[in-house]
Amino acid sequence: MTTIKLGRRALIAAVAAIGLTGPTLAEDQVVDSIHFLIPGGAGGGWDGTARGTGEALTNAGLVGTASYENMSGGGGGKAIGFLIENADSNHGTLMVNSTPIVIRSLTGVFPHNFRDLTLVSGTIGDYAAIVVGKDSPINSMDDLLAAFDADPSATAIGGGSVPGGMDHLVAAMVMEAAGKDALGVKYIPYDAGGKAMAALLSGEIAALSTGFSEAVDLSNAGEVKIIGVTSEERVDAAPDAMTMKEQGIDTTFVNWRGFFAAPGLPEDKLAAYQDAIAKMYDTPEWEEVRARNGWVNIHNSGADFQTFLEQQEQQIGDLMKKLGFL
Amino acid sequence: MLEGLLIGLQTAFSIQNLLMVIAGCLIGTFIGMLPGLGPMSIIAIMIPVAISMGDPSAALILLAGVYYGAIFGGSTSSILLNAPGVAGTVASSFDGYPMARQGKAGKALTIAAIASFAGGTLGAVLLMVFAPALSSVALLFHSAEYFALMVVGLSAIAAFAGSGQVAKAVIMTVLGLIMATVGEGALFNLPRFTMGIMDLQSGFGFITLAMAMFALPEALFLVLKPKDLKGDDGEIKDLRITKEEAKAIAPVVGRQSVQGFFIGVLPGAGATIASFLGYAVERNIAPKEEQEEFGKGSIKGLAAPETANNAACTGSFVPLLTLGIPGSGTTAILLGALIALNVTPGPRLMLDEPQIFWAVIMSMFIGNLVLLILNLPLIPYIAKVLSVPRNYLIPFILFFTLMGAYIGQNNATELLILVGFGVCATALKFADYPLAPLLIGFILGGMMEDNFARSMQLYDGIGFIWERPMTLGLLVIAALLVLLPSYRARRARARAAGIADGD
Repeated sequence: MTTIKLGRRALIAAVAAIGLTGPTLAEDQVVDSIHFLIPGGAGGGWDGTARGTGEALTNAGLVGTASYENMSGGGGGKAIGFLIENADSNHGTLMVNSTPIVIRSLTGVFPHNFRDLTLVSGTIGDYAAIVVGKDSPINSMDDLLAAFDADPSATAIGGGSVPGGMDHLVAAMVMEAAGKDALGVKYIPYDAGGKAMAALLSGEIAALSTGFSEAVDLSNAGEVKIIGVTSEERVDAAPDAMTMKEQGIDTTFVNWRGFFAAPGLPEDKLAAYQDAIAKMYDTPEWEEVRARNGWVNIHNSGADFQTFLEQQEQQIGDLMKKLGFL
Repeated sequence: MLEGLLIGLQTAFSIQNLLMVIAGCLIGTFIGMLPGLGPMSIIAIMIPVAISMGDPSAALILLAGVYYGAIFGGSTSSILLNAPGVAGTVASSFDGYPMARQGKAGKALTIAAIASFAGGTLGAVLLMVFAPALSSVALLFHSAEYFALMVVGLSAIAAFAGSGQVAKAVIMTVLGLIMATVGEGALFNLPRFTMGIMDLQSGFGFITLAMAMFALPEALFLVLKPKDLKGDDGEIKDLRITKEEAKAIAPVVGRQSVQGFFIGVLPGAGATIASFLGYAVERNIAPKEEQEEFGKGSIKGLAAPETANNAACTGSFVPLLTLGIPGSGTTAILLGALIALNVTPGPRLMLDEPQIFWAVIMSMFIGNLVLLILNLPLIPYIAKVLSVPRNYLIPFILFFTLMGAYIGQNNATELLILVGFGVCATALKFADYPLAPLLIGFILGGMMEDNFARSMQLYDGIGFIWERPMTLGLLVIAALLVLLPSYRARRARARAAGIADGD
């Protein structure tokens, strides 16, 4: 018992020491090892986030070793269930997740929600954007809203998620904030970004709701115009792209990604994980991984993460009720 | 196009991709030679390997190499053992095996190699011309047209399934469509037919299904129905062909490259039909005295199916790369592999990822060259693989199948699904049901539902069928494809009953 206490005290002391001495000593190891649990298959967004974060943490020396496990099934529900059922033996495990955990808990796709887990930290995010084809007569949200008013049924908005999924909710959120009837928005789902792009260029849909980083890539390739971004201020990656707020549509949205641990995780371990992640942002190793993937740093640790998630749950829940998905 | 060619050459000639072509061709040739293992089984086994490489160009180059390598290898066992490794090379044994019996095995292999090379290369040239043209038309397609196109694809399976097989092919296609409905649907964000099993929420895994349909049954089939094969253990010598013989087969090769390619483009047709049709056509247009030769060791009779099946393989890449629609079981597997690699084949492929498109075409040229070099001087040695005992081979296949289904997902439930479906598929195989229509139905089913749902939403109902002329046209073609064979069958029956034709 005493040894455990000592261990914990020593760890807290070490953590505090590193915290005080600042980033020059960032290469001091904070956590021995982390096992990343990825609720989807290899190659997806979750997979890239977990492996990228693990790479930055180990290369920067903040974490000794990182291991990864893909556990797909149930749209991520299987991994969540696994982490909760085997909580005691998984204190060394961090599970990656993102906005869909909020959406899917609300729709009841899986029985648990984020409150059943220990919230470690939100790490990165991506804003959402509305884009139109390069030859489209629409050049701003005002144009799109005018077209929508003229003929709502011919102004379909496409996206890469199922109805009630993230892209749909963003489109509905924006229309709602612009004072239109969110239910009147004709949302067309596509199962892959490439197909949605093909539909935008063939004229099947008038606009596309998508992630901001993807929109920037497409816009740099000269294929689309970004007519609105859901960030507070303009983003450096696309300085010409207007925000929704600038255009009088008072709404913001972030698709976050972050890490969760098993319920009942000891305080000291949680603190160590959060500390390792907090320090990671100042390392060149992280900057390399982040820049390579085009991620935006959106750091919410512990209680902030909880507030953020509850806010998002409220916002999305209200909208889904209005749209009839709940 | 020139720019595309350069990108393709650059990608295809990287050391890694060159190795992929060579490895793919070698693996394909070796396994394709083994009777009972077709290109679909080999590609199904190779998918996890290809996906774990992470680079879509390299993966597709490897799998395409395996595909035409297998067709190539299949002809070797057709000629030497009269035991085709691949359905597409059955017609090659008609004249190839008699030639081998006459002691002209070397000459037969040379003709097969040259005909295959020419068919594959000319096919790749045609692919290079036709794919971009078709692709630019497909850019105008809406969801409604895609839906109609998939209906055409499904009707074609029935139309080309061959006599007596139509009902079975239709049943298997429908079974595939039913299986595609498991999991979350496009229109409703809720699980269907999952029986509360969480692992089924995202539907059946494509790789698992492909393995269960093509890899596991082949291995079990070899165990349950061992065939004892004894080749004529004669030396393979004298690989040369004379100038007269070359002159005789040249027009055959030319005709069959074009014909085979276009048969390959049609959904539902493929190497098998192309080779039989190629054989039949060449036999019919040959002079009377040469017709006698067919079936007794005619070089034309060997060159025709060999050219046609390779050209058809290349042709089947046209609908895959330009429309994202698989025309055959093999291209269905390739499509699944591409989707797993985050590449969506379709008209946008050429614009978004030209390096993949052109690298695959370039690698076809390289692959055909590799196969020619491989087959001409080395074939007597490679043919030794035919004497590998089955008991070494079968565990090897089983191991790769089970590992492959598990690796990508790390989900043990996939193994249960794999074995369960594998056993069912083996039973169906014994009952002579074709398995490829099931997989095509499964792949097309999901896409068809998505496109149908989108069109319904865009047009607030089924109005898109008559409001969009292109959709209507495609659906009429689909109807004709279904009705025509039964009409012809009825007319044939009527004629047999003594009723005169109108014309």
